[in-house]
Amino acid sequence: MTTTLAPAAERARAVPKTAAHKASRARRTAVAWLFLAPFGLVFLVYTAIPTVAALALSLTDIRGADLRTPFAVDFTGVDNYLRLFQDDTFVRDILNTALFVAVGVPLTMGIGFTLALALNSGISRLRGVLRTVFFAPVVTNVVAVALIWQYAFHLDGTVNKLLGAIGFAGPNWLDDPNLAMPVVILLGVWRNFGIAMVLFLAGLQAVPRDVYEAAALDGAGRWRQLRHITLPLLLPTTLMVSVLLTVFYLQVFDEPYLLTGGGPLGSTESVALYTYRQFGAGEFGMSSAASFVTLALVTVVSVVQFRLLRSRT
Amino acid sequence: MNRAARPVMYAALVLCALLTMLPFAWGVSGSLRSLDEIRSDPGALFPHHLTFGNFTRLFETQGFGRFLVNSVVVALIVVAGNILAASAAGYALAKLDFAGRRLAFGAVMAAMMVPFTAVFVTQFVITVDLGLADTLAGIALPGAALPLSVFIVRQYALSVPDELLEAARIDGAGEFRIFFRIFLPLAGPAVATITIMSFLNSWNNFIWPLVVAQSMSTYTLPVGLAATSQAAAHVTDYGLLLAGAIVVMLPVLVLFLFLQRYFVQGIAGTGLR
Repeated sequence: MTTTLAPAAERARAVPKTAAHKASRARRTAVAWLFLAPFGLVFLVYTAIPTVAALALSLTDIRGADLRTPFAVDFTGVDNYLRLFQDDTFVRDILNTALFVAVGVPLTMGIGFTLALALNSGISRLRGVLRTVFFAPVVTNVVAVALIWQYAFHLDGTVNKLLGAIGFAGPNWLDDPNLAMPVVILLGVWRNFGIAMVLFLAGLQAVPRDVYEAAALDGAGRWRQLRHITLPLLLPTTLMVSVLLTVFYLQVFDEPYLLTGGGPLGSTESVALYTYRQFGAGEFGMSSAASFVTLALVTVVSVVQFRLLRSRT
Repeated sequence: MNRAARPVMYAALVLCALLTMLPFAWGVSGSLRSLDEIRSDPGALFPHHLTFGNFTRLFETQGFGRFLVNSVVVALIVVAGNILAASAAGYALAKLDFAGRRLAFGAVMAAMMVPFTAVFVTQFVITVDLGLADTLAGIALPGAALPLSVFIVRQYALSVPDELLEAARIDGAGEFRIFFRIFLPLAGPAVATITIMSFLNSWNNFIWPLVVAQSMSTYTLPVGLAATSQAAAHVTDYGLLLAGAIVVMLPVLVLFLFLQRYFVQGIAGTGLR
């Protein structure tokens, strides 16, 4: 293929920059925007306009009933935001979301990292199968999985049956305000550790073998190699995975909504669930304000991510 | 690794794998049990008598045939949209020299950052205004040109040599012809990745279809399953619900087994799903 194309490429380089060439650049710009048009349209309608509109709505007292007469809505400034932070429910939901991030991120990363390390430590048999198994939860449907977890974690469910077999009386997991959140977080961790594992595996495979061989020659044991070679070299991967998961968990909706509906007693309600509830209640202004709190948090984390990624490359 | 540690490592890994698979096993086992059996012994690990009755009930009385068709139609629109619209945009960003390129790329990157929870309220208002509420098109369109797909195709296109496209240009091929006849056939791996990513995104999407679909005729599988679960809550008809869960999960799991490489590439390569 390359042989037949090479002469043409030569000719391409030989074309002089003339007025005709400039005209063709204008034409190319038009053609390029034509290529971008379908995506651009979807982007405008479903991302750009909604983002700007959401910011605008968050500064008004718009409710569901006002949708047909949008100009009757009053501009109320940051009123919705002030109301949000005076709302005990919202503050509780922020704390719940923070708990989800604080427990979920390290747990997901810890499991992912340990498995990546184990899969990368010279075992050859079963490696592909194990990787497939550990990654499978990532692709599962959360509605389906949440139903299975409800079935397994209810009072007479499989989990308590297993606990009973080893002599424990199992609690009513999803109806206990102290136990519901651990189960919801566990579902989140189960669905995401495969992503962390695969990213860590990629990071581990990029570490050159001879660094370890040199260290081993110098008498460094496995533990010292891990501490002084693997962990420092994996720092960029670790940062990336932690930011990624933080962004995921800051927006957590599916798991609490489906497993517990935010209950019992609001103990598992997240900020995203709050946003959805306000929307459902027709409080579009409040809902948009709550969503912008999420956007602000995610933006901060994402900006940090891009900074870190840029400094790496 | 020394000889003594190896079997321990294998044992630990296999145990972890079994723990990971437990929810799937619970789902399959529960879906094959009758309502009576689940009521008399809710937590049993295995069915005493296998029955496929839950699956037939799903399709005969719960409308799952319709939900399945809806999910497939929505996924087809989404995948086709991503292959055409997102590939074209990704190609242009990498390979065409034009005014406003940096701006366009900046917009794609920014779009990847906007969290769904921040925009779904206004997205819904716009969907209503466009007359697309409660339609399959309304469910599919926001996902039909994912910024992530644009990004994946752009990254891939950067590795395609300019000379190849320039040569075709000299030989008189138009830009669209170059895109369809030269670039797309070359972009197999990138197209495979965005196909899988966008299919997964569409098939597993829950909150957006939940907001847009307002009648059973437009429910996708996850929304139909969630609705069935609410309706069945007072009878706790777990056999039926678990059968529904299996129907929703199975197509993706089967695809995953065959195309694992692309799934992992798509999700891990970009860290998003």
